[in-house]
Amino acid sequence: MNLIQVHVWRGGAKGAFQSFEVPRHASQTVLDVVTHIQRTLDATLAYRYACRVGMCGSCAMTVNGVARWTCRTHVDKVVKNDQIEIAPLRNLPVIRDLVTDMREFFDKWARAKGSFESDRTRQDDFAVLPPEDENRKQVDAAIECIGCGVCYSACDVVAWNPDYLGPAALNRAWTLVKDERDTAGVARLRAIAGDAGCHACHTHLSCTERCPKQLSPTASIAGLKRAVALAALRGEL
Amino acid sequence: MSTRAQTLLWMAQRVSAAVLALCVVVHLATMIYAVRGGLTAVEILARTRGSIAWLLFYMLFVLATVVHLPIGLRAVLGEWLGWRSPSRDAALLLFAAVLAWIGMRAVLGVFL
Ligand code: SF4
Ligand code: SF4
Ligand code: FES
Repeated sequence: MNLIQVHVWRGGAKGAFQSFEVPRHASQTVLDVVTHIQRTLDATLAYRYACRVGMCGSCAMTVNGVARWTCRTHVDKVVKNDQIEIAPLRNLPVIRDLVTDMREFFDKWARAKGSFESDRTRQDDFAVLPPEDENRKQVDAAIECIGCGVCYSACDVVAWNPDYLGPAALNRAWTLVKDERDTAGVARLRAIAGDAGCHACHTHLSCTERCPKQLSPTASIAGLKRAVALAALRGEL
Repeated sequence: MSTRAQTLLWMAQRVSAAVLALCVVVHLATMIYAVRGGLTAVEILARTRGSIAWLLFYMLFVLATVVHLPIGLRAVLGEWLGWRSPSRDAALLLFAAVLAWIGMRAVLGVFL
């Protein structure tokens, strides 16, 4: 049988790679490999997943040095010399083995005012936002984020500047800035501006390169920079 | 520093970058044109001495540098050295003053 050598991170921030031999199958995903190890080789291996179909965003890991969603990454795509190295996501505290603590990641969504705010009530009629509306198009281009943290893990600015809100939170804020129903307005722009916000982005594009949903947080952040600059020029900031 | 001030710094960085891009092109073009027959101090001074146009141009060049450099350095110091305290901004203000001083001295040196 065809075997692959899989080197899996064990431990917390300090730890080491442990090697396992895993049988190779057709159409096997990296998540299949991790699951095989946990179910048949070492039941103490900690990892996280839920949907297995690229919807929940919980299975992201660092595979051969690159942040990826493991449930939709085929072994064929990443295996090198019959070896794969699997580690937890970068830029997040490691709880154990392949599981990172996502709290800071999602707290930053809150800090970026990433929740919808509205003054409408159930008595109001539906807001009509036709698909061809320009703002709506910009929202559509950025809305499909699954919160996997791949972009956050790929961003060097997050590594250099721990306060930086990061690509996912800023991308989320952008979808709300462009949402005509949302009422947070300048308060949100204030939350996402400055050294910890959109202005820290160096347009490296690592987030855009890695996002498994093919979103472009970089473009969203550029949009935020424009929106904030406009507000500043109008004296609203 | 307030978020607003940080935003204004970023905008100043962008505007000064645009000015610098223009200045560098003019400066390089002049240099390439000027060295055709060899470069001499006499020739340079003949062009710049008493020329209000060159004085204004190089003053603008220096000003854009004085704005642009410290703001860029601010990010570098924050990201590479973790220096984010107010002392960073004070040090950079001083750095900007030194830049302005030596820059303007050089500009006046070829004008007067
Ligand atoms: S484009 Fe901005 S957010 Fe994306 S990886 Fe680069 S610095 Fe980070
Ligand atoms: S923007 Fe893309 S990479 Fe980042 S969290 Fe959302 S889906 Fe994941
Ligand atoms: S397990 Fe849900 S996205 Fe991979």
